[in-house]
Amino acid sequence: MSAIPQSKSDEPSALWHALPWLLALAFFFLADGYHSLGVNILIMILFTLSLDLALGYAGIITLGHAAFFGFGAYAAGLFNLHVSADPLLGLAAATLAAAALGLVTGALILHTRGETLLMLTLAIAAILHEAANHMRDLTGGDDGLAGIRPGAVFGLFRFDLWGKTSFLYCLGVLFVWFLISWRVVRSPFGRSLDGVRQNAKRMRAIGTPVWLRLVAMYALSAAMAGTAGALSAQTTRLVGLSVFELLTSGIVAVMLVLGGERRLYGAFVGATIYVLVQDVAGAINPFYWMFVIGILLVAIVLFFDGGLMGVIETARRKLRRGGAPGAAP
Amino acid sequence: MSGGAPILSVRGLAKNFGALAVTRNVDLDVAKGARIGLIGPNGAGKTTLVNLLTGMLSSDAGEITLEGARIERMSPEKRVHRGLARTHQINTLLMEANARDNVAVAVAEREKYAWRLLRYGPQWRACLDEAQGYLEETGIGHAGDRRVSLLPYGEQRLLEIAIALSLKPRVMLLDEPGAGIPSSEAHLIHDALGRLPADIAILLIEHDMDLVFKFAKEIVVLVLGAVLTRGPPAQIAADPRVRSVYLGRSVA
Repeated sequence: MSAIPQSKSDEPSALWHALPWLLALAFFFLADGYHSLGVNILIMILFTLSLDLALGYAGIITLGHAAFFGFGAYAAGLFNLHVSADPLLGLAAATLAAAALGLVTGALILHTRGETLLMLTLAIAAILHEAANHMRDLTGGDDGLAGIRPGAVFGLFRFDLWGKTSFLYCLGVLFVWFLISWRVVRSPFGRSLDGVRQNAKRMRAIGTPVWLRLVAMYALSAAMAGTAGALSAQTTRLVGLSVFELLTSGIVAVMLVLGGERRLYGAFVGATIYVLVQDVAGAINPFYWMFVIGILLVAIVLFFDGGLMGVIETARRKLRRGGAPGAAP
Repeated sequence: MSGGAPILSVRGLAKNFGALAVTRNVDLDVAKGARIGLIGPNGAGKTTLVNLLTGMLSSDAGEITLEGARIERMSPEKRVHRGLARTHQINTLLMEANARDNVAVAVAEREKYAWRLLRYGPQWRACLDEAQGYLEETGIGHAGDRRVSLLPYGEQRLLEIAIALSLKPRVMLLDEPGAGIPSSEAHLIHDALGRLPADIAILLIEHDMDLVFKFAKEIVVLVLGAVLTRGPPAQIAADPRVRSVYLGRSVA
């Protein structure tokens, strides 16, 4: 189902749109001691959002999105160590680096589809993993890239030990990327990619340069994933080889499916639930927390079209129809 | 036919699938506003010819000229932007989107709005407004808000035509617009074809002989990938060779 709103009456009210950001601010003021967890959630939301653009809207089947997250993380780390400690400059550099990687790899692989494409995305992440492993002098190999010390944001706000600055910093960056995504999926560009996902042959028949457009969306998505990786490097001050692992790509795909594809907010719901379950269930039993995620995922995929966000949307519509019959247009 | 240089001109077009020659040395001239019917028995290479003209297949030999420019090496999307639109024998639509959006993405593509990433309001609304016009022109103005997968098959066929129309083409290739439509709805296609703008040149491939003979001013008969004969409908209907390879089958 296409989640780009088809009519005005279908659009949720402004309050619904403000809700995630209000919750995030409430979390900031109320959840003392949990800001690091919050930072992790925000970064995973951004990463999942990037996958929603590529996989959800444009239908680019990928299991290698970790390539861009990891590339952004290493780029931000190296930029911090060798060029400048300014976090925003580092963020910009990492974002551009990941976008360039997306552009080049996308141009190489996006003429393929299906399983071939899936294998190629896997392979690219694996190549980067090996490259980072071998270039020990640059990346620290399997010891990881340590010693990252980002300076103050805007030269004013220093990163504190409790992650309060990190939280607001990540929230701000997520908000900017969310606004961009919001516009992109509603733009003629985004709608044409939704068309490519549904039927590439139809789009070619109306004159869409399918390959070029997919490459553009892939690069945008890669840039966003790179920003997420950079945030991770700057806030944890460490980049390990695991950023390039298949598990990283797999987790973000699970978060997206859990939350719901092609909904933007699905990334918010999916990543939040995943990280929280990991934290809570992981504290209870460190070996079996995946069990909870697994059950959730199976239930969602089998019984709910559109993930958790789909469930929320259905509930919202029912609520509106039931609660305010006079307000119906 | 009508005077002046042809809009679309084909010379010596050929295509082989391995040892099988599916298109053999085809010549074709399509004048502005022409109404040409392309007929032939199953396997005559009609759809192959459409795919060669639109660039979905690349030709092995021959020239295709559209408004004075050689296009046989151009990508399908470039040909569309130069004014060559097609419909599909089997519905090729965005099934999850509504009918109006299906046309609006084509309008956006034609206007080159589709490269604008961040401006989503006014231009898209303009595309939607224009799209509604094409839906009405083809007789499915009432279906704009309906999801395509829920539309009756006949209306999906009309949507194919509305999309092609929205590209403002100079030449339109209609690949069996009546295919799969119950006879009770055939008049909808007849009406829609009758309302197509007079200045668009149309090449109609169709099995429904009623439709072809009513619509076309000139008929080209394709047999085994080659042009057997061409001429006005009355002459084609009377041609004994055509009767034997094609019409004869259904008459007998």
